[in-house]
Amino acid sequence: MERIYLDHAATTPVDPRVVEAMIPYFTANFGNPSSIYQEGQRAKRAIEESREKVAELLGAADAREIVFTGGGSEADNLAITGVARAYREKGNHIITSAIEHHAVLETCKDLEKHGFTVTYLPVDEYGLVDPEAVREAITGQTILISVMHANNEVGTIQPIAEISKIAHEKGVLFHTDAVQTVGSIPLDLKELGVDLLSLSAHKFYGPKGAGALYVKRGTRLRRLIHGGAQERRLRAGTENVAGIVGLAKALELAVAGLDKTVPHLVELRDYFIKELLARVDHVKLNGHPTKRLPGNISVSFEFVEGESILLNLDRKGIAASSGSACTSGSLDPSHVLLAMGISHETAHGSLRLTLGKENTKEQLDYVLGVLEETVTRLREISPLYQRQIS
Amino acid sequence: MYTEAVMDHFFNPRNAGELADADGVGEAGNPVCGDIMRIYLKIEDDKIVDIKFKTFGCGAAIATSSILTELVKGKSIAEAEKITNRAVAEALGGLPPQKMHCSNLAADAFHKALAAYRQNQSKSAPAVG
Ligand SMILES: Cc1ncc(COP(=O)(O)O)c(C=O)c1O
Ligand SMILES: [Zn+2]
Repeated sequence: MERIYLDHAATTPVDPRVVEAMIPYFTANFGNPSSIYQEGQRAKRAIEESREKVAELLGAADAREIVFTGGGSEADNLAITGVARAYREKGNHIITSAIEHHAVLETCKDLEKHGFTVTYLPVDEYGLVDPEAVREAITGQTILISVMHANNEVGTIQPIAEISKIAHEKGVLFHTDAVQTVGSIPLDLKELGVDLLSLSAHKFYGPKGAGALYVKRGTRLRRLIHGGAQERRLRAGTENVAGIVGLAKALELAVAGLDKTVPHLVELRDYFIKELLARVDHVKLNGHPTKRLPGNISVSFEFVEGESILLNLDRKGIAASSGSACTSGSLDPSHVLLAMGISHETAHGSLRLTLGKENTKEQLDYVLGVLEETVTRLREISPLYQRQIS
Repeated sequence: MYTEAVMDHFFNPRNAGELADADGVGEAGNPVCGDIMRIYLKIEDDKIVDIKFKTFGCGAAIATSSILTELVKGKSIAEAEKITNRAVAEALGGLPPQKMHCSNLAADAFHKALAAYRQNQSKSAPAVG
């Protein structure tokens, strides 16, 4: 059976052109970039060319503002803990939002154990952070504000430029986790005005375990990984050369394709949402109708549970995800959905489909049919579903 | 993640539905996890002559409900009463550890349905002495 992959927010397949660009750095150019002989210098050059490419594609002022990391989580950790430790004498207060990725939330929780206080800003029903609430939360002790560019579960895109401006008016550094937006929507560092930005290659058809942190010139950071002097002493360890080359190549391809992919995905997304809401009763869209990632479809079905939907979809060849407690491995449903004021029961019935460039309308028509049938069948055995008797 | 037995019961649930004239109905659920199971019993001569379930929950929740109905159907109350959540999980060849707490409550729902049946009996039974 043909598989239909609808979980691009979790990860994406590596583009064959990216694989091709990476291969020489496993083979002929295998050298250690810190070595002075040719094999090493070729690897070194590839890293610096990748750095320049990434800086240019993001609109950074200088290639030295890009620090390669082992992925998005590490970039988030380095940004937050790195700033917290470097600016400890200035203050001990950090502001973030309640709907951040765990890479940010758990880093903040860890800092709370080390003398920092953290404000977790609420969001509205669409998952939006209120920039004025950010302004009000700033104290004389605030050293960093971290708000994600777009949410990985519900796709809501935050007013980052506006929040960043408020942070700077108050002399506070601003970090954004842009793991879900880099390579997915047009993005320009000059417009966003942030001091730090995290990205991850495997979200835009690049390899896993390769990420980067943009660090605006003049921003101080304490490194987390101690050792050699790689990455301008911000990240010790022999570089993941092939991963870095793959990241830059993937970003180049993704950015070049945005003109085509964004309208394509928006059209597919809006078609699917419209059809689904018309065909299935008691289903609600999670997140914002328009301030939304092009490929994100997040919905909640009343009276059914997400994992049982996923198992049915998987059997019919469809890969998707859910914020249900039963799929979380913990006992709680998605913190994002709960923060948006969605009830536990409704969060249990959440389903996330995230589209990618290879998806087609024909696939979505098939998924709509499977979904309609699955939800109907599960509701028939659900004690919560009372059929409307007319 | 799940055994074949779990998948079989999940995709082909046995005895799903309701009994309009049930002699006892029991519900178990964990408000934290969210899985909710309801068991309907028909009892004649101290025997489980019919049983149905309705479940809101994950694969484990639906599969445990389904196999429970098979395990107790046709048995005497005395025998059926011995069923435990653990025995239900074992009958399915085991469940992932994180599923034991919230999603394996079918035996609880069954015991509640039996208790409801007994309460109905004592109400309708003529007073003794
Ligand atoms: C918003 C967001 N931040 C951070 C991460 C972590 O990135 P990585 O998997 O590269 O560590 C992810 C994805 O998993 C994400 O969606
Ligand atoms: Zn469950």
